[in-house]
Amino acid sequence: MTDFTPVSGLLGGVLIGLAVALMLILNGRIAGISGIVGGLLTLKFRETAWRAAFVAGLVLGALAYILVADDASAVQVLAPLPVVVVGGLLVGFGTRLGSGCTSGHGLCGMARFSRRSMVATATFFGVAMLTVFLTHHVL
Amino acid sequence: MASGALRVLAALVSGVIFGLGLAISGMMNPAKVIGFLDVAGDWDPTLAFVMGGALLVTIPAFRFIPKRTRPVLDKEFSMPTKNSLDAPLIGGAAIFGVGWGLVGLCPGPAVAALGTGLVPILLFVAAMLVGMAAHARLFTNSKE
Repeated sequence: MTDFTPVSGLLGGVLIGLAVALMLILNGRIAGISGIVGGLLTLKFRETAWRAAFVAGLVLGALAYILVADDASAVQVLAPLPVVVVGGLLVGFGTRLGSGCTSGHGLCGMARFSRRSMVATATFFGVAMLTVFLTHHVL
Repeated sequence: MASGALRVLAALVSGVIFGLGLAISGMMNPAKVIGFLDVAGDWDPTLAFVMGGALLVTIPAFRFIPKRTRPVLDKEFSMPTKNSLDAPLIGGAAIFGVGWGLVGLCPGPAVAALGTGLVPILLFVAAMLVGMAAHARLFTNSKE
């Protein structure tokens, strides 16, 4: 379906890791996206500005790549719109209930060898693989 | 510049690098994420290399940086303190997994891709915010 791209994958991964490390050493914070975005919904003045700045940076960084690389296939959503909405609701609710997502649990928590994050990461990867198997090969 | 403004600037820079990394890695593309999750199909192992590359940096970062007395721009480190495996953790991760598998988007790539202006991305992020707000409404007493 998509090509295996280990070099750009590794390079992008290292950049993501550097962003996480920067957030940790400068601000002493976990760069977990669901926590940062979800935190914006409960306005606490001292926390809102840096969260909004991080989210703006996320959009700008990705946009810079899309403009420079002129990569038309950078984002391809294959799911039909009703499924997209259901998926978004589940991702929003689930990441807040489970206290994190791929970045917070997968990159920060796993790096801290947190028991909770290892269990959460194994759970969401396992369930996501099962979901793809069911929707692509069974249904 | 006051440290408050510097903290905001640091978050902006971190966000830009994070967004660049997501885009370069290909993980902003749901088709590529599904390609990884679809282990029974035409498997694309790229996501494992992205996680690996990030952990190469984050494992030493989380090992050594918290040994400092404080972060550069703030008074203390804000780290999660919970250690118990409970139902919300596992149930939430499972619910997230279903949504991730259905669309191939998790919060970071979804927000990063907002700049494309694509309708499915806008819809996904809107629905995600509704899901987060629903959680906040239902669990107002729960403190992180």
